[in-house]
Amino acid sequence: MELREYEKIAARIRMDVIEEIHSAGSGHPGGSLSAADIVTALYFREMRVDPQNPRMKGRDKFVLSKGHAAPVQYAALAEKGFFPREELLTLRKLGSRLQGHPNMKKLPGIEMSTGSLGQGFAVCVGMALAGKLDNDPGRIYTLLGDGELEEGIVWEAAMACAHYKLDNLCAIVDWNGLQIDGPNDKVMSVSPIDEKFAAFGFNVLKADGHDFAQLFDAFDKARACKGKPTVIIAKTHKGQGVSFMEDEAGWHGKAPNDEQARQAMDELAAEEREGEQ
Amino acid sequence: MAEKMATRQAYGKALVEIGRENQNLVVMDADLSKSTMTAEFAAAYPQRFFNMGIAEQDMYAAACGLALSGKVVCASTFAMFAAGRAFEIIRNSIGYTGANVKICATHAGITVGEDGASHQTFEDIALMRTIPGMTVLNPCDGPSTEALMRQAIAMEGPCYVRLGRAAVPVFYEDASAIKIGRGNWLRRGEQATVVATGIMVSEAMEAAERLAAAGISIGVIDMHTIKPLDEEILLEAAKLGPVVTAEEHSVIGGLFGAVAETLARLKPVKMAAVGQQDTFGESGKPEELKEKYHMTASDIEAAVRSVLA
Repeated sequence: MELREYEKIAARIRMDVIEEIHSAGSGHPGGSLSAADIVTALYFREMRVDPQNPRMKGRDKFVLSKGHAAPVQYAALAEKGFFPREELLTLRKLGSRLQGHPNMKKLPGIEMSTGSLGQGFAVCVGMALAGKLDNDPGRIYTLLGDGELEEGIVWEAAMACAHYKLDNLCAIVDWNGLQIDGPNDKVMSVSPIDEKFAAFGFNVLKADGHDFAQLFDAFDKARACKGKPTVIIAKTHKGQGVSFMEDEAGWHGKAPNDEQARQAMDELAAEEREGEQ
Repeated sequence: MAEKMATRQAYGKALVEIGRENQNLVVMDADLSKSTMTAEFAAAYPQRFFNMGIAEQDMYAAACGLALSGKVVCASTFAMFAAGRAFEIIRNSIGYTGANVKICATHAGITVGEDGASHQTFEDIALMRTIPGMTVLNPCDGPSTEALMRQAIAMEGPCYVRLGRAAVPVFYEDASAIKIGRGNWLRRGEQATVVATGIMVSEAMEAAERLAAAGISIGVIDMHTIKPLDEEILLEAAKLGPVVTAEEHSVIGGLFGAVAETLARLKPVKMAAVGQQDTFGESGKPEELKEKYHMTASDIEAAVRSVLA
């Protein structure tokens, strides 16, 4: 598949994110949009998963440790065929399988119920240990927010990843620089992220989190790395793809109104069509 | 009668035996394996043992990951750091997903002794029983520990198993009567019943002896399962008369809370609670502490007399 095809999928996923959150009237657009390309790269190129057989043995697993970005994972799962796209509009509504934060017992394709930050990553330590015990070919992927790195459990888990040489685990940090109360550097500095993970024994890779060529290259390198876990620090923009949401902490956890949703959809539709005659 | 043994010792032994038959059993610890007795399993099956270091939050989340990948996991540390420090991880990662993790917490209660208040947990039963789907067990002796561990490992879903540091007498020569969710009459009585759990079963039996010598007939129930609570046996007890609970745990939210919630609904009776009275502990010998904080046979005896007065 051409790189442009992935960009189109990501644009569709971003449109779904806007529609989901607009329909729900609440949710987290900023961090969903920043992660859209990473999630697209995972589900549409990197990972071996089967929507017809979500519990397939030997599959790769993805845990959304930054569980508040659920809308982007739901959009990717629907695009992939795990459940009907129409269901996206039930996000956060009573009785929906699309809970405000992912619930593995309700929705196929969700490997772990997350929402409380840091835990998804630490759960991946156990999944990766099990993979080693069973010689399972499946790889474990997890996406963390940069603000999430402020949780202590993240570093407990990081220590364990290196100690047990979990080269079947690949963490990705969605480094958009913003958290609810403002920039990371103002709320609680997490920098330098790369040096921290390196000191914890990780193979540290960097990528532009909106550049598929760079993301694919990083995932290839992660797979090739033996004897230590990998972290990909993906530089992203919060709200990427929607002009008025970009790099705005205020769009962390707020739904667009009708007018804003319309504008966002127009921009993203143009992005999907770009280059077409 | 068999020799005294701490429930944590019985736990360590049981793990080795169960691990021999069940290749799917994985054990984890947080740098306390010599105290929690998981070290025996570690020595026998090093591939299936993971020491996670002094990082209880990560240990319980990783235990969840192993369980979701098909393993049955027993993850141990002191009760304070399991139910206390890792509470929210246990709630959100293990409870919410129903992961097949057995949280086997040792050194619960006042009998931790010399380590003092920072390590004496009186809140764990209360915390764990509020988590939906969590089974809460507190065995009173070696044989019942082994029986309950076998059943806990055989069942699907999360369990909290509360284990003690100090050696306790044996009450079950034959543990075949032990079933998760069913209390056991260790002694039948006519005037009142003591519902006891963990090491307080032994104190309750002693209190019953003394009261019998004074002409007062009381029954003793070993309530090794606090959740799901055996309502039938409680109803049976309430029909006889007042109920006294005895636990090495806060009188807030633990066995007393669970029994009172049930009897308030089914058959209100006069009740009294023996346990930690909403205060922290301190350093001392276990026997001295039990006396100072009123968790002895004499305290149970006094509580029984008060509800019969």
